[in-house]
Amino acid sequence: MKRKPLKRVSPWARHALLILGGLIVGLMSLAAVFAPLLAPFDPNFINVDALLLPPSPTHLMGTDALGRDVFSRILFGGRVSLWVGFVAVGIATSIGLTLGLTAGYFGRIVDEIIMRGVDVMLCFPSFFLILAVIAFLEPSLTNIMIVIGLTGWMGVARLVRAETLTIRERDYVLAARAAGAGSIRIIVRHIMPNAIGPVLVSATLGVAGAILTESSLSFLGLGVQPPDASWGNMLMEGKEVLGIAWWLSVFPGLAILFTVLGYNLLGESLRDLLDPRLKQ
Amino acid sequence: MAHVLKRILIKLLWVGVVFLGITVISFWVIHLAPGSPTDLQTTLNPDAGIEARVQLEKLYGLDKPLHIQYANWLKRLIQLDFGQSMSGDHRPVWDKIKERLPLTFGMNVASMLLTLLIAVPIGVTAAWWRGGVFDKLSTVVVFIGFAMPGFWLALLLMLWLGIAWPILPISGLTSMGFDSMSPMGKLWDVTKHLILPIFIYTSGSWAGMSRFMRSSMLEVLRQDYIMTARAKGLSSRVVLFKHALRNALMPVITILGLSVPALIGGSVIIESIFALPGLGQLFYQAVMSRDYPLIMGSLVLGAILTLIGNLLADIGYGLADPRIRVGQGGKR
Repeated sequence: MKRKPLKRVSPWARHALLILGGLIVGLMSLAAVFAPLLAPFDPNFINVDALLLPPSPTHLMGTDALGRDVFSRILFGGRVSLWVGFVAVGIATSIGLTLGLTAGYFGRIVDEIIMRGVDVMLCFPSFFLILAVIAFLEPSLTNIMIVIGLTGWMGVARLVRAETLTIRERDYVLAARAAGAGSIRIIVRHIMPNAIGPVLVSATLGVAGAILTESSLSFLGLGVQPPDASWGNMLMEGKEVLGIAWWLSVFPGLAILFTVLGYNLLGESLRDLLDPRLKQ
Repeated sequence: MAHVLKRILIKLLWVGVVFLGITVISFWVIHLAPGSPTDLQTTLNPDAGIEARVQLEKLYGLDKPLHIQYANWLKRLIQLDFGQSMSGDHRPVWDKIKERLPLTFGMNVASMLLTLLIAVPIGVTAAWWRGGVFDKLSTVVVFIGFAMPGFWLALLLMLWLGIAWPILPISGLTSMGFDSMSPMGKLWDVTKHLILPIFIYTSGSWAGMSRFMRSSMLEVLRQDYIMTARAKGLSSRVVLFKHALRNALMPVITILGLSVPALIGGSVIIESIFALPGLGQLFYQAVMSRDYPLIMGSLVLGAILTLIGNLLADIGYGLADPRIRVGQGGKR
């Protein structure tokens, strides 16, 4: 059932933020996927004749201390960010979804144990733990994705549990149970699809968070290892020549800012779209 | 009264359980990771053979099974003994932490206050005139602030205020010649060094907080008692400050308590950028040298600060809302 809005606002204006977020995310994703085609130079090609050149038509964003093209490195760094964001959030969402559904559906002691576990995890200075684990396991892309995922599921678990608590009281769940459906079937077929909206929102916002965490780790030298480019480790290298080459510190940061902004805009406007109560 | 006592007791018991949980997980994760603190000391010294390594492990108690190591560690912790650092100077962990705690703690508290000072007025104004120019403008700024990586902002500010237009120091805690300054001069010197770091700390939290303040305020303004207050003919001012603000602040207090882990985590990056001798830097060094007791000490301290933050938030919540003070067995 569709209600007509009182005042006619064009759908473009009404969903301006959603469209803007979608555009940024889409653009950044395309740039990352087609980086090998778009990059004017090999991102790891060292050119001793072009050290620390300021931005110019040949090198759109200048070159770094090894003469590598910053624009190409940013394109390839985008692949790292995108990959980390999606895999880490995938891990976190799967764990959170499973535990949230279990806690919410079975209730009582199961719920109590899982939710207290969530409380414990929330009290961790998680960045300390991530740092320690990464430093111990040798910094690598895989380890980063796993650790960010393993420390980021608590929000999803809480959200899904709350949704499940209300959904499990609905009539269609009762009907399914009366028809003889087992717990697993009810959870997977009837509850999960109805709880997926908020999960989608939190996953979108989660990608932004994971990208920020990865860039922080790389900035500390504990993330993606040179010579491979990531926005964080480009900024780390830029810090060394801050006084003489501003472009090394400015462009990778702008890339992070835009990408995170895009995912946040997308996530927040999806939330408004899915839950009109909040908008009012 | 009995209610209150029971609630506090349950709360404290729960804090104890969470604390144990955190130490168990940390201990397990850190000790099971490949490598050991003896690696650095033995690989750096070509003469050190297998025996030396075994001896070192025995000295540190690393040869015992993990649960016994944990029990020993916990036993010492109860006597407030965090053990001795395994790297460098081998000083007691607590001494090392103690001398760095005031700086990190002070910066965190300062940035929390600053966050509230910025976020509350923004959130309240945006909610009060919802949909107005200020609301729209602040939403845009908040979104950008939310996406801004703190360490990048730090680099930009260093570039601008430290290099292009050098009015603030960008590294360390004191200038050269600090020892010969007057007491007031020393204070001013340290303050100057802390302006940028505290600003960066705050930049990480004001955006989220003001957004939260706004939605909390909107929620309160929808309530019946606000309409009642307005219907009684009270002035907007009274409604805003006496009725709405107080209630809207409560969830914000809780979030402030929950933001402690993020602040502590942020200290690693901020202290590394500005070369500040705080807890974050200590932790980073401890991780790099696999100094187990020092890592555990820092994690425990972080957890304690977080738990205190949560507890304070809970108490603050209770003070602001009498309904909670009566309590219903800890359920919210």
